[in-house]
Amino acid sequence: MDLSAINPLLLLASLMVASTPILLAALGELVVERAGVLNLGVEGMMITGAACGIIFSTLTGNAWLGFAGAALGGLLLSFLFAVLTQILLSNQVATGLALTLFGLGLSALLGQSFAGARPPAFPKLDIPVLSDLPVLGQIAFRHDGMVYVGLLLVLAVWYFLTRTRAGLVLRAVGENHDAAHALGYPVVLIRFGAIMFGGAYISLVRVPQWTEGMTAGAGWIALAIVVFAGWKPLRLLLGAYLFGGVTVLQLNLQAAGLAIPVEYLSMSPYVATIVVLVILAAGRAPGSLGKTFHASR
Amino acid sequence: MITLERRPQPSRTWSFLSPLLAVVVTMVAGGIVFAALGKPPVEAIRTIFWDPLFGDFAGYFRPQLLVKAAPLILIAIGLSFGFRAGIWNIGAEGQYIMGALFGAGFALAFYPSEARWLIFPLMIVAGTLGGLLWAMIPGILRVRFKTNEILVSLMLVYVADFLLDAMALGLLRNPEGMGFPGSRNLQQYPAAHNAELITNTGMHWGVIAALFAVVAAYILLSRHIFGFNVRLAGQSPRAAAFAGVSANRMVLICLGLSGGLAGMAGMFEVAGPSGQVLASFNVGYGFTAIIVAFLGRLHPLGILLAGLLMALTYIGGELAQMNLQLPRSAIQLFQGMLLFFLLAVDVMTNFRIRFGRREVA
Repeated sequence: MDLSAINPLLLLASLMVASTPILLAALGELVVERAGVLNLGVEGMMITGAACGIIFSTLTGNAWLGFAGAALGGLLLSFLFAVLTQILLSNQVATGLALTLFGLGLSALLGQSFAGARPPAFPKLDIPVLSDLPVLGQIAFRHDGMVYVGLLLVLAVWYFLTRTRAGLVLRAVGENHDAAHALGYPVVLIRFGAIMFGGAYISLVRVPQWTEGMTAGAGWIALAIVVFAGWKPLRLLLGAYLFGGVTVLQLNLQAAGLAIPVEYLSMSPYVATIVVLVILAAGRAPGSLGKTFHASR
Repeated sequence: MITLERRPQPSRTWSFLSPLLAVVVTMVAGGIVFAALGKPPVEAIRTIFWDPLFGDFAGYFRPQLLVKAAPLILIAIGLSFGFRAGIWNIGAEGQYIMGALFGAGFALAFYPSEARWLIFPLMIVAGTLGGLLWAMIPGILRVRFKTNEILVSLMLVYVADFLLDAMALGLLRNPEGMGFPGSRNLQQYPAAHNAELITNTGMHWGVIAALFAVVAAYILLSRHIFGFNVRLAGQSPRAAAFAGVSANRMVLICLGLSGGLAGMAGMFEVAGPSGQVLASFNVGYGFTAIIVAFLGRLHPLGILLAGLLMALTYIGGELAQMNLQLPRSAIQLFQGMLLFFLLAVDVMTNFRIRFGRREVA
């Protein structure tokens, strides 16, 4: 094995790239959960978003339109989820699972005719002066636009949830939907909005090429990161980079030819998720999380 | 103005009707999807639901029905207890894999043995234990550290999946297999083979175990205090706590039960229809069983019927793949849709639709 083949700078740089989809998905789920809705369909939405992204970007030849296509796919799926859980009052856990199973089938169906396609990549966005910085430049400022968009979105969600009135109302609906309803806030409408917004975020996934089951549990890891972050947006960043780090590191170790069989290394992100959930889950979930709201009572 | 009014009690009529309605709606929606794919919709639906049972080559497909339904029913019966009590084990796929690994591993450790009377029963025990232990991980973490059992049990599916790959390539690989991945074929190991009991029926020991589980679950749920406690814990956790039902013990029992049954299903599968420990061994029964459990209304007899129906979609799906070149993913989509529509139609069980103006409270 040759550990010197692993370049720590490149490792950190690829960590930022690898964790972006999980970060975005966790961010979307965080907004949904702060509104009191547990959407377990993240995996299905991510994989459908990835398939839509490939289809749109291949057909239009534009990476940003692919991005929009992924969001559109997520919007449609989350609309289904919102109708079922908010209007037809179905069980959120079961509906989320249904969404995942449905999404896995849908993405396989949509994507397989694009199996060989190579969607256009995002142009690299070297930030002029900053990317020339000695160490930091290589790690943080030579990525494509999506990495920066992800970071900006985290800030935007943090600002929205903690510094705006609308964010306060959304959190109130999540903490106690009966009280929010009594105050005259349209609980169902707000949740509908949160689910759709979250759905668009969750599905912003970009993969280099279509393969079946391409998200490989990233959606579930995103759900775990929300718990790990204690439902706080800025802590999501830490969680996502941690898991991105484990994933990138194990891939690098595989490439370096560590004496452990590949399968055991591939397990590590999932095992790490469990360990982190056990040790660090300290936050308190929103009070009405996962409960069905019906105004009659 | 249309409003929903909560029924004082869930409607019995609708709880029977809604699965049937969901199946019909799914067939219509599925037909539309098939038509969009450029396949004849009516023929596709007939190929999936009719031909395996009554078509030209039905004799070949009918035994498959029991073979495919047995693991689905076994797993779903186990899951139904947890789902009733609000304990969400969605990692049955992982427990199924671990059951297969334990069962096959035990049998292969004693290869070549002649003592079927010893090996086969102990394989069942080992398989059950494998699934049970794997399910205890989320159980103990939940009880001890309040870790979410949904996430942990699911993460363990991926871990088990990689473990299966590692075993097929490493420890359990057939030493006489010319370096190909995969274990010895248990079908050629008489002491461990879970063979067909009656020729051309598909009946094997796993089917008998599934039927036994249905009867046992029915008695447990309707006649035994444990079943009552499960229902109580699900409908009113506070009342259950006052009645002295330990929530922690309920978590462990429900997870253990579902894990054990999933492990047993995995062991019967690897020793019989599948035969080998291979990376491609698991085909998602653990996830489909979730649909089966809900479609069967978490009731043992309902699960029996739902399991047979889902098995039919697997077989019909394969047939449609061959005859109509319908992609395999279309069947997966179809199964997901079924759960969706079921949950949507289910609103009628708990609510009544009122037309007209909403009264001022």
